[in-house]
Amino acid sequence: MSPALRAYQYNLLAYKRTWRGSLTTTFLYPVLYLAAIGVGLGHLIDHGSNKAVGGVPYLWFLAPGLLAGTAMQIGANESTFPVMAGIKWLKTYFAMLATPLEVTDVLYGHLLWILTRVALASGVFLAVMTAFHTVPSAWAVAAFPAAVLTGAAFSAPVMAFSATRETDQSFVVLYRFGIVPLFLFSGTFFPVTQLPGWLQVIARCTPLYQGVSLCRGLVLGRPGGWDALGHAVYLLVMFAGGVLAARVSYRRRLVQ
Amino acid sequence: MRMIACLSPISGGTLQVLGLDPMRDGPQIRSRIGLVPQDDTLDLELTVRDNLYLYGRYFGLPKKQLRERVDELLEFARLTERADERVDPLSGGMRRRLTIARALVSSPSLVILDEPTTGLDPQARHLLWDRLYRLKREGVTLVITTHYMDEAEQLCDRLVVMDAGRIAAAGSPRELIEQWSTREVVELRFEAEGHQVHGDRLADLAERVEVLPDRLLLYTDEGDATLDAVRSRGASPIAALVRRSTLEDVFLHLTGRSLVD
Repeated sequence: MSPALRAYQYNLLAYKRTWRGSLTTTFLYPVLYLAAIGVGLGHLIDHGSNKAVGGVPYLWFLAPGLLAGTAMQIGANESTFPVMAGIKWLKTYFAMLATPLEVTDVLYGHLLWILTRVALASGVFLAVMTAFHTVPSAWAVAAFPAAVLTGAAFSAPVMAFSATRETDQSFVVLYRFGIVPLFLFSGTFFPVTQLPGWLQVIARCTPLYQGVSLCRGLVLGRPGGWDALGHAVYLLVMFAGGVLAARVSYRRRLVQ
Repeated sequence: MRMIACLSPISGGTLQVLGLDPMRDGPQIRSRIGLVPQDDTLDLELTVRDNLYLYGRYFGLPKKQLRERVDELLEFARLTERADERVDPLSGGMRRRLTIARALVSSPSLVILDEPTTGLDPQARHLLWDRLYRLKREGVTLVITTHYMDEAEQLCDRLVVMDAGRIAAAGSPRELIEQWSTREVVELRFEAEGHQVHGDRLADLAERVEVLPDRLLLYTDEGDATLDAVRSRGASPIAALVRRSTLEDVFLHLTGRSLVD
């Protein structure tokens, strides 16, 4: 077994003991969001105007946006406090480093675990979407890797950031001024064309916008050729850059 | 310590561990040493058994063999009864024993322990010493740092006294005492402020006299004879004690009595 997988195994075993706690975020949230906003609010929206949002029922529009938004949240979430725990609270990283494992094994093992969590959550979300009849196209299958890629694009840079922090205070700031605004204004709940011109440009440049557009296109059966490729490349580059940055910040933090 | 465990880059000089180069063969060296860090780095949420098991997996030990090893180690650390409980509620001594057992999971030939008994009660310390002594007898090399001189005296064949990052003295506990102290020490307490005056008066009775605010220490090879001589000079201490010289005397002599923070 490769060394990084041995580090990964730690998270797997730890999760076996604590998975109940993550049930609400993974299973319940998609149901609640889709029911309250998608069905409840969507009903008003679809009846209030004569043109449906994006040419489809609001629930159809919203669901893939939420899929990408959830992937981002899980990717970022799992890359903040658990990283701090590895470094400061439980010091599991240091326990690993006293064994033949190296800094990159610790990093890749944890990253792989975070991607597993994103994949689990995305899979469940897609299943819930299917149950809500919001998946009109078989292209939706490809929305699964797209959602995982969205989560990955956030997790690696956030890991790099978390490894430089002394306290968890910065994570609150990251959420308040990063994750939450992105979640709200990247085309998740409404088309970015609703925003004033200059904000629209900014919104189109955000990473979550790429994930939302990619997932929405696939789920609705309009993958959209070059645009989709552009979104995917954007996210891939962000992920790769994050990994490189995390290699540096992990080494700086863990080799003293 | 961290350099020997291949956790920190070498800051100067040359270092070989088990005949290997720490800069190049880090993982290989670490696979053959067990590290007991000052912080336990245990996962408090997981069970005692899982902590041992996972650590063994980091070394890539096969599952079946590892399960047997974990049972042995639980026995060794006297934690068999608590094996399936979480680590969180365990006492400091139990956690320390678990950390030591964990370091042994890969049957290392060298075990590095950073202040293994700091903060433990006497019972827990003695149990740990017993376990460490057993390891030593089995041929495992132990490298220990400690502030407790009795611990050093109990466990160490070779001892290095460090002061501000430099080696102040080295040798076996016996050699160090012979070289840096006398066989016995007479401790005298006098009324009030008289210690300096008495110290000057009695200076010629011992090889070395140390005046402390609350007591006078006479370093001598024949404690009882020196005490008799003190009394025959008419000095009447309110308390007198003859004891053997210890490593603590050596340590304080070499590194001074001022607080190092």
